[in-house]
Amino acid sequence: MDGSIKTTEIMKSGAEALLRALKDQGVDVIFGYPGGAVLPIYDAIFQQNAIRHILVRHEQAAVHAAEGYARSTGKVGVVLVTSGPGATNAVTGLVDALMDSIPIVCLTGQVPTHLIGNDAFQEADTTGITRQATKHNYLVKRSEDLSRVVHEAFHVAKTGRPGPVLIDLPKDILINPAPYAEPNGLPHRSYRPRTAPDARKVAEAVALMKRAERPIVYSGGGVINAGPEAAKLLMEFVRLTGFPCTSTLMGLGAYPASDPQFLGMLGMHGTYEANMVMHGCDVMLNMGARFDDRVTGRLNAFSPGSKKIHVDIDPSSINKSVVVDVAIVGDATETLRALIAAWKADTQTQDREALAKWWQQIDVWRSKNSLRFTQNRDPGSIIKPQYAIERLYKATRGIAKDTYVTTEVGQHQMWAAQHFKFDKPNRWMTSGGLGTMGYGLPAAMGVQVANPDALVIDIAGEASILMNIQEMGTLAQYRLPVKIFILNNQYMGMVRQWQELLHGNRYSESYSAALPDFVKLAESFHAVGLRAEKVEDLDKVIAEMLAVDRPVIADICVDQKENVFPMIPSGAAHNEMLLGPEHKANAGGYGGGSVTDEGLVLV
Amino acid sequence: MVEQNNGNRSATISVLVENESGVLARVIGLFSGRGYNIDSLTVAPVERDRSKSRITIVTSGTEMVIEQIKAQLGRLVPVYRVQDLSKDGPHLARELALIKVVGIGDARQEALRLADAFRARVIDASTESFIFELTGATDKLDAFLDLMRPLGLAEVSRTGVAAIARGKSTIE
Repeated sequence: MDGSIKTTEIMKSGAEALLRALKDQGVDVIFGYPGGAVLPIYDAIFQQNAIRHILVRHEQAAVHAAEGYARSTGKVGVVLVTSGPGATNAVTGLVDALMDSIPIVCLTGQVPTHLIGNDAFQEADTTGITRQATKHNYLVKRSEDLSRVVHEAFHVAKTGRPGPVLIDLPKDILINPAPYAEPNGLPHRSYRPRTAPDARKVAEAVALMKRAERPIVYSGGGVINAGPEAAKLLMEFVRLTGFPCTSTLMGLGAYPASDPQFLGMLGMHGTYEANMVMHGCDVMLNMGARFDDRVTGRLNAFSPGSKKIHVDIDPSSINKSVVVDVAIVGDATETLRALIAAWKADTQTQDREALAKWWQQIDVWRSKNSLRFTQNRDPGSIIKPQYAIERLYKATRGIAKDTYVTTEVGQHQMWAAQHFKFDKPNRWMTSGGLGTMGYGLPAAMGVQVANPDALVIDIAGEASILMNIQEMGTLAQYRLPVKIFILNNQYMGMVRQWQELLHGNRYSESYSAALPDFVKLAESFHAVGLRAEKVEDLDKVIAEMLAVDRPVIADICVDQKENVFPMIPSGAAHNEMLLGPEHKANAGGYGGGSVTDEGLVLV
Repeated sequence: MVEQNNGNRSATISVLVENESGVLARVIGLFSGRGYNIDSLTVAPVERDRSKSRITIVTSGTEMVIEQIKAQLGRLVPVYRVQDLSKDGPHLARELALIKVVGIGDARQEALRLADAFRARVIDASTESFIFELTGATDKLDAFLDLMRPLGLAEVSRTGVAAIARGKSTIE
């Protein structure tokens, strides 16, 4: 991004040049927290109106909020934190965004250039610490580099496989005058991600798929990241081919969950039919997913008989853990468009009879109804967590608002993925790769800032929510009517589930002792607190929560013993699923049944 | 391409990078973070204006791991080009060693004789020591060092491997 600069003018300070660059990049909101090293930026923010600043209560939350903003809008989320602890607190959020490919630009303050390396107050080697936590990072040492670096950072964050980019800004750079140059639109010197698929590979893929007797489309977060057009094309492709479609946790919403060709989520807590299809298919099209270990189960037993086609924008995702037969490096939108065109142009006819037989088999698997649960409706009965999600989902169907759901991490996250159905992309934000407890509330905040008229729900657990509970203050300050729906089972549920299944019921440190009264907690943060203790309370509490135009914490007291099923135990294959508690004996305790010692070391 | 047991092979990879601060740390961090081996690593600017550097890495792993290393290197933002010299065709690889041998009498004479046979240059001498400069492929340097060990080998400084493809093709 060097060479022909359109206009250059000298700005009064680096901070002003920075804000101008942000404005030219289309930034309308920043999530941040002030501190000594970034005071010049805050001073510049004070003197303008183009960019809104949302003051969070902890820097980690600033990054998650920016992630929620980015994932719900497709735009780059922007974070501003100070040096030292500001930057280190942001690291978890950065890694979260890196793992889930979320475009973020994180601006960190730094001590003045002449003090760098001197162990100055609030100094940390931020670029050193975040090198492996970001897609790329910069330390701006010269004022003349400032605006170029900011433009480049946005370009790197949102192109190719998106990710977080950090810019470390020494205080003297922010104070001294700096030249400003607009984005010049020239290609980057070294960074040129490939987006157009290789036409020969596309033809090869289509030839394989035309001959397929037992096909599956396995779609992932890449389809979401490519934008809503990719989701439309995915639908078109799946309809055109008549193939079944499953989705990763990150890809939910790219293909409408209500469509009969959708098999639900796959993987460790995916549906029986999705996993059996993956295991038994003869041709697999992986569209923007990365063969994550939560999806594949035991690698040497993963989809043993299939020809695999992998479309990914990141060449390093291909053949990383699963060797594929056709590798296509490309953007999901462009590749789907090419696949549709090539499918139509290809003269081979499909074996529709085999496909019909495949669907018959799928219907047999589907009839297992692997997400089933039993809720006793008698008054006074304890609420099943799955039932709570199902009722919440039903209730949101009845309102006119667009609904966005975020989650924390654990059992509630899996139940939300299983029982809340998404028909549109960008409506579901969860921490998939890193599995960050405390993600959901700040992410919901970011979603609500980006979509002020939408209904935004954080489906949470009572343990996760406490990890960033301080953000209730942010909700109050900006009147963000986020609904926090806590499935409160008084346990770190997923930890408890693994302890039950793998560690002989020894519930070491997984009980949520000394919980706060969430109703009072909500009230003390100027929000509405509600509680449902019995099945008959549930619908009423949900209705009230949705009716209130304020932040709400709904404390839903659920069955403590409920586990997430189906489940592929660690180290097991897709066709070795546990469908429910009746299968538990199979897996129970060390070395017993289907959980091998090898599986035990896996996370 | 050196075939090793258990399906591992050695690979010499050239990486052309933007000559900016932190780029070497990115490459090294990638190797340590993902558990890849570094058998040798060299780096120096190669453009007249010092805008680009060339990193030569000798690593080993299964074919899948080496392909993964190349792909991971390729996606670093300041990387222009990644070339697998061991795979893309014949190439030359050389390193330089400065070798201090301390001794007197017969051992000293023998060291000097062997150095001559290996075309190592004497670049410093005292009554009790020599410093040899030797350039060559890694195995030649290893062989020479093995011979020097009983003859008073005291200290070694090696540059690591620099490598380039034969013929007219270039990394760019």
